[in-house]
Amino acid sequence: MDLRKLKTLIDLVAESGIAEIEVTEGEDKVRIVKHLNVPAAVAMPAVTMASPAALAPAAASAVGSAPASAPAATAEPAAGQIVKSPMVGTFYRSPSPDSKPFVEIGQTVKAGETLCIIEAMKLLNEIEAEIGGTVREILVENGQAVEYGQALFVIG
Amino acid sequence: MFGKILIANRGEIALRIQRACREFGIRTVVVHSQVDADAKYVKLADESVCIGPAASKDSYLNIPAIISAAEVTDAEAIHPGYGFLSENADFAERVERSGFVFIGPRPESIRMMGDKVSAKRAMVEAGVPTVPGSDGALAEDPREVVRAARAIGYPVIVKAAGGGGGRGMRVVHTEAALLSAVTMTRQEAQAAFGNPTVYMEKFLENPRHIEIQVLADQHRNAVWLGERDCSMQRRHQKILEEAPAPGIPRRGVERIGDRCAEACRKIDYRGAGTFEFLYENGEFFFIEMNTRVQVEHPVTEMVTGIDIVQYQIRIAAGERLTLRQRDIVTRGHAIECRINAEHPYNFTPSPGRITAWHPPGGPGVRVDSHVYTGYLVPPNYDSMIGKLICYGENRDQAIARMRIALSEAVVEGISTNIPLQRELMMDEKFVQGGTSIHYLEKRLAEKKANQG
Repeated sequence: MDLRKLKTLIDLVAESGIAEIEVTEGEDKVRIVKHLNVPAAVAMPAVTMASPAALAPAAASAVGSAPASAPAATAEPAAGQIVKSPMVGTFYRSPSPDSKPFVEIGQTVKAGETLCIIEAMKLLNEIEAEIGGTVREILVENGQAVEYGQALFVIG
Repeated sequence: MFGKILIANRGEIALRIQRACREFGIRTVVVHSQVDADAKYVKLADESVCIGPAASKDSYLNIPAIISAAEVTDAEAIHPGYGFLSENADFAERVERSGFVFIGPRPESIRMMGDKVSAKRAMVEAGVPTVPGSDGALAEDPREVVRAARAIGYPVIVKAAGGGGGRGMRVVHTEAALLSAVTMTRQEAQAAFGNPTVYMEKFLENPRHIEIQVLADQHRNAVWLGERDCSMQRRHQKILEEAPAPGIPRRGVERIGDRCAEACRKIDYRGAGTFEFLYENGEFFFIEMNTRVQVEHPVTEMVTGIDIVQYQIRIAAGERLTLRQRDIVTRGHAIECRINAEHPYNFTPSPGRITAWHPPGGPGVRVDSHVYTGYLVPPNYDSMIGKLICYGENRDQAIARMRIALSEAVVEGISTNIPLQRELMMDEKFVQGGTSIHYLEKRLAEKKANQG
């Protein structure tokens, strides 16, 4: 992999919301990790204690929302703003398979905080909250394919 | 054969591709913008993915979104239809690099034919006659430009290498107007196509637009499927098309057809394609090649009995063409009228909700349209809402059936060009056959002059 390509990748990561990127080209493999301030990691331990009760209804709503296009229509959305997907891709709740999810139901988020990742064409895109509030509902499952405009979260 | 194909287009061609897939038992994934969520083919698809808002650049021209949709649905191949990304070599390349089959020619072929100068050079090398003109791109030196024009003989036409389909061209009748015309065309070309290269050709005064349909597989087999006459045009947009072309000696067509098939073998072309010619005084002159399925493909399908879209899919799946040139027989005559959502005489677009859609039917009548009663024609895309195709044992019967079909067709809630099509079917010169590419505009201008 030539230096120019490498520089382009580094710039790409630096300028975007991408946290981590791994590119394989033939025999070359490059992994670039950006170290961010992750305030959510600080907030999460405080929330995990309160959430076991919230987890049960969250699990129930996840199972109930199996048909991809149905959840927004069938479930009564909680009061709040719907966060819609800005792109086509695969929805992930955590930065990597072994990490904790970015947000849980009941968690307070600030504007600009990462809510989830949508993977498209091997790139991981962080989706940020436009407004602060409490995560009322998570409308899609981890690993689910999402389309442009699909409802992901309700924040109120 | 593929198990799942992603249809990267909209409107009537998306439905056409879907029908071809369904016949093969191939599952369809349809991508659509937000305003196309209620399209007929979206409802009929096995899976659909919304890829963006209404604007084409954010949806149907959005390469990452389309490829991402193919990834999340595990599609195997992508059919680009016509327009949008169908002749975008970068898209074809990225589709292939992402592990999908692009249902169309190789990116190199798209690139070669996309640059009109290199396309012409390839045709000259392949023995296909071209319009006399500058040998390649026009030089910067104004003296060279003047010399080239004098050698060709006025009137000349200056064309952008990155253009095509009627875009980026200017006619020059006198030497006095030449240099400023070249400068303007270069500037426009740079702005519109990012490429200021221009070339020059003799401007033919009264040509007909005759094109040859080809099919080529990945094993160097190529055949041509007859010709089409698409001379009825307004501002370089085709209004109606027919096959075969009336009044052209068969020997001349066969010779040109064979040259086109040979050119396909030479350039290792793959898939469906169309060689476009201007025809004047018994001679054919190549102008450009379209490396995709075209809007007017149905007229060829009607007279040859060959399903062009299905062959695109089979060729992309690696099948060998079992069609031999001698097996391809043209029978009867077919005419296609494009139905556009526009005012029939001032051509202003007419989007909106179709409150009544009643298509015609009967023997020899084919309707290729995605609209239905209650459908909302969006304002964001081109105005074509369908095509009406009529077949007859001869041209007279095709015309008779088209007149009846047009009289039966009802579209309410929006304006369409059906009244214009009805007039054209009664037009004396059209019925005679063989009108040039300037005929319709001249006729429309006369009509306007008589009214005003």
